[in-house]
Amino acid sequence: MQTGSALLQVLVSGIGTGAVYALVALGFNVVFKSTGAMNFAQGEWVVMGGMITALLIGTFSGIGLAVVAAVVLVGVVGLLSERLVVRPLRRPDALVITLVTIGLSILTRSLIMLVLGKKPVGYAGFSGNTTLSLGGVSIQAQTLWIIAITLVFLAVMHAFFERSMLGKALRAAAADREAASIVGVNVQGTILVSFGIAALAGALAGAIVTPLTLASYDQGAMFGFKGFSAAMLGGVGSLPGAVVGGLALGLLEAFGSFYISSDFKDAIAFAVLLLILFARPSGLLGRADIVKV
Amino acid sequence: MATFDVHPAEMQSAAPARRLSQHGRLVLVWLVLATAPFLLPNAYWVSLANLALINLILIASLNLLMGYGGQISLAHAGFFGLGAYASGILNVKYGISPWMGLPAAALVAGLGALLIGIPALRLRGHYLAMATLGWNAILVVFFTQLVDLTGGPNGLLGVAPFSLFGHALDTEMKIFPLVWAVAFLVMLAILHLLRSRVGRAVRAVATNELGAEAVGIDSFRTKLVVFVLSAAMAGVAGSLYVHVNQYASPETFGIAPSIMLLVMVAIGGAGTFFGPVLGAIVYTAVPQVLLDYEDAELMLFGLGMLVVLILFPGGLAGIPAAIARALRRKAS
Repeated sequence: MQTGSALLQVLVSGIGTGAVYALVALGFNVVFKSTGAMNFAQGEWVVMGGMITALLIGTFSGIGLAVVAAVVLVGVVGLLSERLVVRPLRRPDALVITLVTIGLSILTRSLIMLVLGKKPVGYAGFSGNTTLSLGGVSIQAQTLWIIAITLVFLAVMHAFFERSMLGKALRAAAADREAASIVGVNVQGTILVSFGIAALAGALAGAIVTPLTLASYDQGAMFGFKGFSAAMLGGVGSLPGAVVGGLALGLLEAFGSFYISSDFKDAIAFAVLLLILFARPSGLLGRADIVKV
Repeated sequence: MATFDVHPAEMQSAAPARRLSQHGRLVLVWLVLATAPFLLPNAYWVSLANLALINLILIASLNLLMGYGGQISLAHAGFFGLGAYASGILNVKYGISPWMGLPAAALVAGLGALLIGIPALRLRGHYLAMATLGWNAILVVFFTQLVDLTGGPNGLLGVAPFSLFGHALDTEMKIFPLVWAVAFLVMLAILHLLRSRVGRAVRAVATNELGAEAVGIDSFRTKLVVFVLSAAMAGVAGSLYVHVNQYASPETFGIAPSIMLLVMVAIGGAGTFFGPVLGAIVYTAVPQVLLDYEDAELMLFGLGMLVVLILFPGGLAGIPAAIARALRRKAS
């Protein structure tokens, strides 16, 4: 294979993986914005999205409906999680919520295992298992679907946060809880919504990546860490930051394993990530947190 | 970043009047623990006691950083691993005695923390959590891939036990006194550190970083000192672990155990001196107790954790106080 086409192949697969990380990072960011906490359960929702789609694909004859149903179901799981686990906290500061989401992630993982099974599941993508061949480069059609669906979802999210009343309320509560509640924003309600959105984004990521990777109950932590890293890399709490961070992480992994060593893929990605973080503490697109004294 | 409140009881215990009692309690608890090998039914139970004491070193040192210092580290198991592999490799590859490996383990783990702490602790907020998460991920890759040194996924085999006057401490009963003594020294060191100038500075920085800076505390140096010391203690635990088990493998030192240690600090009671003892007991006992439930194990564990965290934000160590408060409320 020519070097040029090999490079293009690595680039496309890096962007595909990066798009998935971007969705997970987006979910991570939304919860971080509303609570200040790191949501360890984020990755479990990714797995749940993939596994529920696999379960429903027989019932709804077609992958499209199955994905939508799975994503909505997991969104409901996200809302329930907030109601049952975060709402009852008496002192809901960021550290306590973070710790509680660790418990939530263990519980969610075990329920996925008990209800949906231990076996890895998979299904054919939106265009079956088609591989496209472009100028000597073979690219899986599902990778292009992933990129396209991620773009659409990001556009919808952007419109939601910029245009809709609820989106504006979420941003207001994230900017200043007290001021937002004075002007009538239900701050507790925005936390509920943020968990719902995070679960939606995670489930969508899981549902569209499973045709390429299979889904299994024990993958949640890995997705969670990658999403967390992408969020930090892009700048925590920023929507474009999640996209940039996700793509950067996906490309780093793809090129790191291509040029250096796939055994050290994760080490390379994390090392570069740490270097970027130390050079630009607020992430690639984040704004510096200026504390007035 | 949010931090745990410093409990009023802990504030009082810093006063000289109660100094003896806190030391007294520590000695008392350790004297009771000394009877464990005689009371426990068999060697398997003694091995669990050894493991619990090693876990205690890990949880107590993380509590120093998190409970008192308000900083989250997600690399504690990684530092544990650095200590274990440093001591184990020195022994297996270079024939160096475990007695030399123990301080070497503390040194290597401390240096590992220094390397990541210097850039990360200059920044406020979640950066230590992020940086340590990445660092632990990198360490695991090295533990797994440097097969010539670490034995890779199969683990590091043939590590010698500690020996005393040419006599190998190679049974659970023989090694218990050493683990018991080292755990005591670590707890004592933590107690003294908390009473020292550094200890007071740590709590000041955790409570209000800007306020601490305003009264002349170098918050960066304070956080760094505590971070490095806590990692060095994890390194000591690693050295004990590798020579007690005569084996180490990468999955013991991954991100998942790092997260569990964090949780155990909270379950025991973050920012309380004896909370980690409860955390270590839970951490060691729960997998044994839940063994019978097979697939439901994870679910029961997750549920239990949520119940403790939601009902008792102060952890298990805070339960007596919580009950007393509830009774008083009922009485009045």
